[in-house]
Amino acid sequence: MTSIEDLRYTSEHEWVDARDGVATIGITAYAADRLGDVVYVSLPEVGDTVEAGTVIGEIESTKSVGELFAPMSGTVTAVNEALADSPETVNADAFGEGWLLKIQYTELPELLGAAEYQELTRA
Amino acid sequence: MTLAPTAPVREATAYDAFSRRHIGTGESSQRRMLDVLGYGSVEALLDAAIPGGIRVEEGRPSALPAAATEQEAAAELRSMAGRNRVRRSMIGLGYYDAVTPAVILRGVLENPGWYTAYTPYQPEISQGRLEALLNFQTMVADLTGLATANASMLDEATAVVEGMLLARRASKSRSARFAVDADALPQTRALLAARAEAVGIELVETDFADGLPEGELFGLLVQYPGASGRVWDPSEVLAAASAAGAVTVVAADLLALTLLRPPGELGADVAVGTTQRLGVPMGFGGPHAGYLAVRSGLERQLPGRLVGVSVDADGAPAYRLSLQAREQHIRREKATSNICTAQVLLAVMAGMYAVYHGPDGLRHIARKVHDAAAAVAEALGEAGFEVLTPAFFDTFTVRVPDADDAVARAAAHGLLLRRVDATTIGVSLDEVTAADPLIAPLLAHALGHEPVEDGAFGLVGYGHRAREIEPAALQRQSDFLTHPVFNTHHSETGMMRYLRYLAGLDYALDRGMIPLGSCTMKLNSATEMEPVTWPEFARIHPFAPREDVEGYLELIGQLETWLADLTGYDAVSLQPNAGSQGELAGLLAIRAYHRANGDGHRTVCLIPSSAHGTNAASAVLAGLRVVVVACDELGNVDLEDLRAKIAAHRDDLAALMVTYPSTHGVYEHEIRAVTDAVHDAGGQVYVDGANLNALLGYARFGDFGGDVSHLNLHKTFCIPHGGGGPGVGPVAAKAHLAPYLPGHAESQRGGEEALRAPVSAAPFGSPSILPISWAYVRMMGEEGLRDATGAAVLAANYLAARLGEHFPVLYRGDNGLVAHECILDLRPLTAATGVTVDDVAKRLVDYGFHAPTMSFPVPGTLMVEPTESEDLAELDRFVDAMAAIKAEADRVGAGEWPQDDNPLRNAPHTAVAATAAEWTHPYARDTAVHPFASGTAADPATVTARIRGKYWPPVRRIDQAFGDRNLVCACPPPESFA
Repeated sequence: MTSIEDLRYTSEHEWVDARDGVATIGITAYAADRLGDVVYVSLPEVGDTVEAGTVIGEIESTKSVGELFAPMSGTVTAVNEALADSPETVNADAFGEGWLLKIQYTELPELLGAAEYQELTRA
Repeated sequence: MTLAPTAPVREATAYDAFSRRHIGTGESSQRRMLDVLGYGSVEALLDAAIPGGIRVEEGRPSALPAAATEQEAAAELRSMAGRNRVRRSMIGLGYYDAVTPAVILRGVLENPGWYTAYTPYQPEISQGRLEALLNFQTMVADLTGLATANASMLDEATAVVEGMLLARRASKSRSARFAVDADALPQTRALLAARAEAVGIELVETDFADGLPEGELFGLLVQYPGASGRVWDPSEVLAAASAAGAVTVVAADLLALTLLRPPGELGADVAVGTTQRLGVPMGFGGPHAGYLAVRSGLERQLPGRLVGVSVDADGAPAYRLSLQAREQHIRREKATSNICTAQVLLAVMAGMYAVYHGPDGLRHIARKVHDAAAAVAEALGEAGFEVLTPAFFDTFTVRVPDADDAVARAAAHGLLLRRVDATTIGVSLDEVTAADPLIAPLLAHALGHEPVEDGAFGLVGYGHRAREIEPAALQRQSDFLTHPVFNTHHSETGMMRYLRYLAGLDYALDRGMIPLGSCTMKLNSATEMEPVTWPEFARIHPFAPREDVEGYLELIGQLETWLADLTGYDAVSLQPNAGSQGELAGLLAIRAYHRANGDGHRTVCLIPSSAHGTNAASAVLAGLRVVVVACDELGNVDLEDLRAKIAAHRDDLAALMVTYPSTHGVYEHEIRAVTDAVHDAGGQVYVDGANLNALLGYARFGDFGGDVSHLNLHKTFCIPHGGGGPGVGPVAAKAHLAPYLPGHAESQRGGEEALRAPVSAAPFGSPSILPISWAYVRMMGEEGLRDATGAAVLAANYLAARLGEHFPVLYRGDNGLVAHECILDLRPLTAATGVTVDDVAKRLVDYGFHAPTMSFPVPGTLMVEPTESEDLAELDRFVDAMAAIKAEADRVGAGEWPQDDNPLRNAPHTAVAATAAEWTHPYARDTAVHPFASGTAADPATVTARIRGKYWPPVRRIDQAFGDRNLVCACPPPESFA
């Protein structure tokens, strides 16, 4: 796995690990912490085409609901099925086992670097 | 000679005044409270608190009569009840006379332990009604054959609308078309039409006997059995629709489902309906509990409240509200529904009816009803009438030469029939009519044809001949209500004790103050409550003829007039059966008004960021677009941002929704500037009446710019919260919006009202609880209501002043005063000590209190509303408790107690926890359970009484995340308690 410093980020608190035309996407530990105990994750289906910037899923905690935005346009190639039974993994390991989905893309929009994202969470 | 009176007459009158029973603080207490605040009188306090520009003019003539005593009001209610006539209803259409088991009538509906409770947001002190609701959910799921039912809906027609909206969310189809059974209840079809139009859904009326309509659908509604009574097998239609990607909704009669194959087995995705006939009085239309159940996989789409099972800190099973993140206070305009209130009290009754009768008892009642219906159909057939419904459960239609004549003849014999069309009548049997062995010959006789000779004697014993339901393929084979709870409490002693056991687990107003901000948990007086169960109010069908409901119409007319006068509006509709529905009705009126003026493009609804989430959810369902307006640091509408948003939407502005006093509990000084700005731009002003308890008698919405408002009769006007419903949310409007308020085709007042679109199933919503609000206004009079407002504002400011020494009060208005509630900011305490809002709320249970509103409208705060009904001793007890909790938090902050093991974090403490053989905590057992015994100014006798009468929470703190991750929404098996 790419180290947290080398991942790219969105202003919607998602991390993107993009390589060879496929991006693995999750939410940051900061976002998971802010949401609180995650109880349910709703994700698109494999094969769905998604458009950058649109809502493609939801992350629900006991007290809040966060929307998941597509960081780029493309086709969903995988979703983290394990989260159906253990959504708490998003809290426990946001950058690892708590990944959400993979998107196959042709073009990558401009994303934030780790330092830029950290700046964002400090604001 | 003449005798001079020995005492002034006025004193006797004052002694009898109801207001001194309703208002908890007497003159001497108020004086002490005013001293703390530094004001000479309540009037002076209110002068300082309420901005001068909005006050009602001095000496304004009131439409309210002078206050009546409790005895006088009861006598007037008796007289109005006497002008209602209880005849035997055979109208059907989703409303059936029912026998409420007396043990449930007394043990639940007439028991303050049940009806004065609040919505179970604090689950640790609500386990009794949560269990009762879980019984209800299990009953509905079992009877419908579906996986999960919610904790009730407002009524059947509203439940169908929610079913339709659920279908649209869940369906993969992008179609905007929804097929509606031509044999659906007429009030359901009327409501669907009104609601579908606003959200761009196209309805396709369909006779499913001909199969599915052409073209794509996102969903469909089947009525089972139909409004005509017809029983038919919809499984092929449902399968075809599902295969085409539609989500299928079946509106089903629960009593029929004890004998008929349930919707779940027929392939339905969703089942909806009402539970009224399960022992809940008709009440001229309500309140009753509607229901909504879904197949596995659709749980997270359920609107409304859902009870689930989780575990407490000791790992013991414990109940709670599940999936609350779906609700409007979180999701606002993206919420699954605008409905917050359930019909808890009525759902508890229906659930208990199933507990008391059990599966065999329900089957027995259903068979009795079916046998009687068959006997009546046979008698009419033998008397020469053509029965048009070949297979039925309890309802059938009959061809007659002249339907009006037939209905009149039956009415003359005390029987109410349904007029279907000029030559067709509907006949419907229920638990009450079925118990009369002579009902068949009586009806045949009434309709003018003597039955054939043995028709009158075609009886078995003293009942009707047993008949199997048809068609045979639809006979139910599957079990239901197999859980022990439905097979145990069948003796009256057992039932009485089960109800007492559950009520004993809960904290309601009969134990102490419930200082919930924005909820106004005031007295629900016994005199107000008594008429609710009188037969002349309880046993009236909503579509009964006008001559049977004259008393009701008088009461409704008076209450409408009084509410309009108190709020400065011209017209009131009592139809909305919850605050959310009142909001929707008001916004739909605004939309209709703009469209009538050729301003259909005005669709933007401005909503301040501080507004209750329901505002936004209702706006979306009224077909409006939400634009959020910022609030300033004082919690007021940011005028600059408002002006900017108005400018940006000058051409498409429909309305502003604003709460007054604000959700932050202060009288906003600039309210007139706000309403003027909206009016200048051609918009309408919706004033949310949630906080009316801070205004009554002092200011009126209609006078400071409101065009339309909803009121919460369950807040300001004393209807009890019932543990989470019923509510009544009348909508009040200025004359220009009056033509667009809700109406109903069956309104007994007829006229123009009968042509307007409804917002509820029944013409007057939930009339059986309107006597409560009528009695309150009648017994208080204008002056008493004004005194109540003064006492409520005084109590809130007294608490703000005294609690302000321990916790910062977040928002204050003019002269540093709050309105009827105050927000305590716990964030500095949390930062300093790690003690959270949750810890404080749960620790209050150990002190014998229900927590204030948590984290609304600001996260990390508590909102406290004492109301006018609490006395000074109770207010002081609360201050003592909060001060003591602050001191405990400081000890945590000082490191004396660890962050993860202290009396706050471990709260609430159960008897089981306190008596554990081994006690390892760094504080004493009596600190855990009797913290109120030390450091109080109360006398020893009072302290002893508090210890002896202590409320013991039945469970420890409940794990919220566990319950949402492991969703279980039916009664857990007994083994899980091992």
